[in-house]
Amino acid sequence: METSDSLLVLAEVRGQKIHKVTFELLAWGRKLAGQRPMMLGCAVLGAGPEAAGPEELDELIYRGADRVLVVKMAGPPPYPANLLAGHLVRLIREEKPAIVIAAATTSGRTLLPIAAARLGTGLTADCTELAIDPADGLLLQTRPAIGGNVLATIKTPAARPQMATVRPRTIKPAERDPGRRGEIISRTFNLSPESAYEKILHFTRREDEKTNLEDAEVVVVGGKGMESKENFRLLEELAALLGAGLGATRDAVEAGWAPFEQQVGLTGKTVSPKVYIGAGVSGKIQHLAGMITSGYIIAINKDPEAQLFQVADLGIIGDAPATVTRLTAALKKLKS
Amino acid sequence: MHVAVLIKQVPGTTSARLNPETGTMIREASDTVMNPLDEHALYAAVQIKKTRPGTKVTALSMGPGSAQKVLQEAAARGADQGVLLSHRAFAGSDTIATARVLAAALRKLGPVDLILAGEKSTDGETGQTGPMTATLLNFPVITFVRRLSVGDGSVRAERLVEDGVEEIELGLPALVTVLRDINNPPPLSMREIIRAKKLTFPVWGPADLEIEEGSVGLKGSATRVVKVFSPKFARNTTFYRAEDGEKAISAVLDVLQKRNLI
Ligand SMILES: Cc1cc2nc3c(=O)[nH]c(=O)nc-3n(C[C@H](O)[C@H](O)[C@H](O)COP(=O)(O)OP(=O)(O)OC[C@H]3O[C@@H](n4cnc5c(N)ncnc54)[C@H](O)[C@@H]3O)c2cc1C
Ligand SMILES: Nc1ncnc2c1ncn2[C@@H]1O[C@H](COP(=O)(O)O)[C@@H](O)[C@H]1O
Repeated sequence: METSDSLLVLAEVRGQKIHKVTFELLAWGRKLAGQRPMMLGCAVLGAGPEAAGPEELDELIYRGADRVLVVKMAGPPPYPANLLAGHLVRLIREEKPAIVIAAATTSGRTLLPIAAARLGTGLTADCTELAIDPADGLLLQTRPAIGGNVLATIKTPAARPQMATVRPRTIKPAERDPGRRGEIISRTFNLSPESAYEKILHFTRREDEKTNLEDAEVVVVGGKGMESKENFRLLEELAALLGAGLGATRDAVEAGWAPFEQQVGLTGKTVSPKVYIGAGVSGKIQHLAGMITSGYIIAINKDPEAQLFQVADLGIIGDAPATVTRLTAALKKLKS
Repeated sequence: MHVAVLIKQVPGTTSARLNPETGTMIREASDTVMNPLDEHALYAAVQIKKTRPGTKVTALSMGPGSAQKVLQEAAARGADQGVLLSHRAFAGSDTIATARVLAAALRKLGPVDLILAGEKSTDGETGQTGPMTATLLNFPVITFVRRLSVGDGSVRAERLVEDGVEEIELGLPALVTVLRDINNPPPLSMREIIRAKKLTFPVWGPADLEIEEGSVGLKGSATRVVKVFSPKFARNTTFYRAEDGEKAISAVLDVLQKRNLI
């Protein structure tokens, strides 16, 4: 595919709202455009954000987009993923961007592989760093590999576009500049049903105000060292006070102290919060795989030899439940 | 109905440790296992046999010759047949090249109604191979599935996304990638393991699949690894003892306050 000198960011849309991870993608986009001049486009699929009001789309320009490409779709959200992917492919064929990036979320991790396969190009998953190689102008896509133990830098030498999904919170969201100007353009595609689309019979929005683990800026994780299901409640309280996501090790999940949804690690979720707090977590390699890219790591463990201390910035040697209780009390005092 | 399950052989991590100096993983090269999520995909397929008699389950794996082992395990877990996709020319495949091989094999297998894959593997961790394979076959995909039921010519699924759960209906053929919560595979029975150990599975290469060698393997991959390096994991740790009381707690509060998190 011939490409133009442009970079396309796929906006993360949840319901009618542009999710803030989109501003991180725009920050990456601006950074890359600073290394190699490129027009920065932001694709918004579906009618959601437009219906939410004009400021929803303007915000994308304030945050760095030169053009916002709104792809019209019939009806209100939610839209079937296969249909969204079909529209994305059409937009890419028309815009011919050199680079396409999306968030490494369920949406990005579903739409981009479909699009890449249809376009016959490559895709690098879950990048934590993006840059332009000054030697040839190609996108350098860096991601953790082998359970987060090494980092691999990957290039897409010939196939186009160069595509990557980017792990949330790997960059500061782009700053808002209400003085920025840009274009908002609408596109409508009539997709021939080359494949069938799924029907979304029902969407149950998660109603609890518990913070989503992968979106959280602070993640509190409990391990076997929390000693009981009752003590896990202490963590729940701490997490609620901090607006933090609550995670668990596999052993804690297997003990029935937390649901699998909360497992962090190789066979659970990957988190990368600003601050990670591990209470009674030994830090086995399979757990580290899911949290090693966290910004700041706090470990609470009674065993000074615990492996989590090796990767921690702050270590507290002592009883986990007691420390959590005291931390919670101190936070409450601070808030009152 | 015909259900195919994509199974990847991955390095085991049971004996892996962290090298305290370099922060890299030390593990036994010989230790390989079936990708954990693929066990769930396979069990979901085998369960369909119970509700829909006459269902045939085929396990497919692309990998080295030694990946016969994961196919044997698949057979022990109830797969009716297995095919190993193995050839020099496949080595070094990225996800799109892997998907080309898997899609070609699925075409050769004849009509397949449903393909099941793991949501991601523990070594590649891309979660791309399933959706890419489906797309090359022109099959629609449902990803991140935690419940699945199969009806006449269609499936119903619960798809877990960040802000909720989608209940989906999709006509077959289709590909579904599964999460761990979809089921609880029972432990393997010793008798089944012994029976399966005697099995060898057909091996298909580029000629069998009628694909150009240049479209797969390292040559056919769209992406190239240009550098691999070990990040420094070890950090300069500041230690407190819980006995130090308030000092430890205020250090934590300080970290959170400095980052505007409280
Ligand atoms: C294929 C595979 C995949 C895996 N995937 C995952 C995964 O995704 N996520 C995951 O987490 N694990 C995973 N594991 C398991 C992993 O290897 C560890 O077994 C697990 O992470 C350990 O959990 P833990 O830290 O809670 O328990 P333990 O290893 O038992 O550690 C408990 C820690 O608590 C400390 N402690 C005990 N009592 C107290 C106290 N009162 N106060 C303070 N500290 C205390 C102990 O010193 C110890 O360090 C996987 C394993 C395999 C083989
Ligand atoms: N070499 C392979 N052979 C068979 N199936 C594979 C292979 N690689 C990946 N898969 C399937 O794709 C899923 C996702 O793997 P990955 O894209 O590596 O994260 C796995 O759970 C398997 O079901």
